[in-house]
Amino acid sequence: MAQPRTVVMVPVDADTVTIGARAVKNRFAEAIGRRGLAAEVSVLEVGSFGPSDAGVIAAVQPDGIVYGGLSPERVDRIVEEHFVKGRPCREWLLAGEHPLPDPRATDSRHTQYAGRIVLDNCGRINPENIDEYIANDGYFAFAKALSEMRPDAVVEQVKKSGLRGRGGAGFPTGIKWGFCAAETGPEKYVICNADEGEPGTFKDRLIMEGDPHKVIEGMALCGYAIGANQGYIYIRGEYKLSIERLRQAITAARAYGLLGKNILDSGFDFDIDIKIGAGAYVCGEETALIESMEGKRGLPRLKPPFPAQQGFRNKPTNVNNVETLANIPAIVYRGADWFRRAGTESMPGTKVYTILGHVRRPGLIEVSGGVTLRDIIDDYAGGMQSGSFKMAQLGGTAGDLLGEEMLDVPLNYDALEKVGHVLGSGAILIMNETIGVCDFLHACMRFFAHESCGNCNPCRNGLRWLSVITERLKSGTGYPGDIEIMEEIATVLKTAAFCPLGQSPAGPLNSALRYFRPEIEKGIDVTSARPKPDHTARALATFAG
Amino acid sequence: MTVSRIVEKHGNNRENLLQIMHDIQDAATDRCLHRDVLDELSDIMNIPVADLVGTATFYSMFSLTPRGRHIIRLCESPPCYILGSDNILEALRERLDIGIGETTPDGLFTLEHTSCLGACGVAPVMSIDDEVYGNLTTGKVNAIIDQIVENQIAAARNRK
Repeated sequence: MAQPRTVVMVPVDADTVTIGARAVKNRFAEAIGRRGLAAEVSVLEVGSFGPSDAGVIAAVQPDGIVYGGLSPERVDRIVEEHFVKGRPCREWLLAGEHPLPDPRATDSRHTQYAGRIVLDNCGRINPENIDEYIANDGYFAFAKALSEMRPDAVVEQVKKSGLRGRGGAGFPTGIKWGFCAAETGPEKYVICNADEGEPGTFKDRLIMEGDPHKVIEGMALCGYAIGANQGYIYIRGEYKLSIERLRQAITAARAYGLLGKNILDSGFDFDIDIKIGAGAYVCGEETALIESMEGKRGLPRLKPPFPAQQGFRNKPTNVNNVETLANIPAIVYRGADWFRRAGTESMPGTKVYTILGHVRRPGLIEVSGGVTLRDIIDDYAGGMQSGSFKMAQLGGTAGDLLGEEMLDVPLNYDALEKVGHVLGSGAILIMNETIGVCDFLHACMRFFAHESCGNCNPCRNGLRWLSVITERLKSGTGYPGDIEIMEEIATVLKTAAFCPLGQSPAGPLNSALRYFRPEIEKGIDVTSARPKPDHTARALATFAG
Repeated sequence: MTVSRIVEKHGNNRENLLQIMHDIQDAATDRCLHRDVLDELSDIMNIPVADLVGTATFYSMFSLTPRGRHIIRLCESPPCYILGSDNILEALRERLDIGIGETTPDGLFTLEHTSCLGACGVAPVMSIDDEVYGNLTTGKVNAIIDQIVENQIAAARNRK
C-alpha cells in the first residue's frame, strides 16, 4: 500500500482534548475524506509538541506548516485552501513562536527544539510510520552497533556519556549495564519501565506516543550491549494510546527485520513484548515491577540480589526508564562526546520536565541540565498564572518542597545535592500563596498511605499516621508535639522502610519543615492536649477503618 | 469470550495473569471479576483462589464488586488537589448522589478515586472509561454527565 504523502498531526492529548482537539482531528479526517484525499493525506493523533497557548494546533508535514487556534469550522477552510488549492491558509498560520520543531532554529525558548535529544522527533515525524523514523537517522545507531561495535564498546560508550537514570534515582546507566553485561549465562532480559506513576510526571507517555521507535531502538541497543535476546515494556494500563503506538511500532520493526532473529545478518536475535500493569504506584520500583510482570502482587524484593544478578524469572535483568532508553540511540550514533556537549559535568545531556500547577503554560520541556527553577517558570512556562510563587515540588509527590530561596539553584543532581535536595522524576509542581503547606502535605501523605503496598511495618503504619497528623494540622487542630512525632516517623521511614516508596515521603516532609516550619506550627492548637491512648478493641477497630 | 479462551489466548502461565484478568474484566458487563469466574480461573490455571483474589485486590484497576456501565475515576494526586479536585468530587457526589466506590442505582456510573492519570497539565482531571477530561469545573462536570446520560437515553430510544 502506498504511504500517504502528507500527514496532518493534531496533538490530541489530555491537555488539548478539553479544548476540542479531537473534534478538530475528526473534522480533518472527515473533510479530507470528503475531498477524496484520504489516500494522500493521513490525519493522525499525536502527543503534545510542548507547551503552547495557541489553542488546538495542527502540523502539516513534510510541508512544515503549523496552524493554531483551530475549530472544526476553520478546519473546513484549511482543507479547502491547503489541500485542495494547495496554498497554506495564512489566516491561522502560526508564525514565530509556534510550537513546530524547526530544525534550523538555534534558539527558541518557547519551543526549544534546538538541542532536543529525546523529544527531537516528537511532532516532527509520524509516530506510526517507521520510515519517517528511519529517515531521521532512526535505527542508525542500532545498525552501527551491530556492524562496527562489540557489545562491550556499546556499554563503554554509554558509561563515557555519563548518562544517568532518568526515572528519578539518577544511577549511572552505563554502570548499571556493566553489572548485567558481566553476568554469564544465555538468558538475560531488558525491561523498559513505563509504569509512570509518579504524580505530575507524564514525560514518558509523551515520548512513547510521539516517538515509540526511539524507545524500541534504545532497548535493542541495550539488549545487544548486555547480551539479552528478549525485552519487555512494562506499561501502565491507563496509557491506552501509548500501548497502541508501541504495539504498532513493534510490529513495524519486526516486519523490517529490526526485531526478530538474526537482525541485519549480524547473528543477534532480539524481540520485545508488552506487559500491561493494573494500577499500582509501587510497581514503578524495579523489583516490584518484576514481581508484577511475573503475575504476582507487586511487592518489592529484598536487594541484593539486584535485578542485574537475579531479576525477571530470576535471570539477569536490566531495568531502565523510558526516557533513559530514549537517550541511548543518540549516544551510540553520535558518540559520548557529542552527548556531553549538552548539560553539565555531573549531568550531561538533557532532561525532560513536566511543569504544572499555577503557571501560565503547563506542559513538557526538554532542557539541558543547568537551568534554574526561575528560568523554567519565567521563560518556559510563561510566568505565574496567578498570585506569586510560594513553593515548588520537584520530582513528583516523592520529591522535595523548595522554598523561594531555591529559585536560582541549577536543576542538576550535584547542585541540588549540595543544598540537600534531589531532582527526582522530572515533574515540577509550582504553587502560589493560596496553597497551605499543611494542606498540601496532607494530600501527599494521603497519597502515599493509599499506595503503600503494606508489606513492611514502617511504611504501612508510618504513612497512615502521617496522613492522620497532617490532616489535624491542616484543620488547625494539631496536638502540641505533633511536629516532633512527624519528624520521628520520617526518620524511621527513611532508615527502616523496605523500599523507596516508604523512604521517600521523608523528602517532602523534611523539606516542608525546613522552609515552612512556622506555618506548620500554626496548625497546632496549643491549648489542646493529646488524648490518652485508647487501646480498647473498639478504638483500634475504628482506626483500622 | 469464555475464561478458557482468554487463558488460551495469552498462554496458561502465571506471568500472563494480569493480562488475563484485564481481559476477563473487560468482557464482563458489570466490569468486575466475579467470584465464580475466579473459581473457574483457579481451576484452569491451578492457582489458589485466595492467591487470585490477593493479586486482583492489590491493583486498583481490578474490582471484585459489580460496577456501573461507566467508571468515573477522579484523580486525587497532589497536582490535581491543589487545583481543586475536592470541589470536583463534591460536584460529582452531589450530581450522582453516590460516594467514592459506589454505583448509582440505575447502574450507569461508578465513582472511584485514582492516582495520577498522567494529564496533570490540565488538572484537575478525571477519566470516564477510556476518555480523559481536564480543566474541570463544577459546571463542566455536570455538562459531561448530562451528555453521557443523554447519549444513553438516545441509544435506548434507537433500540426501540
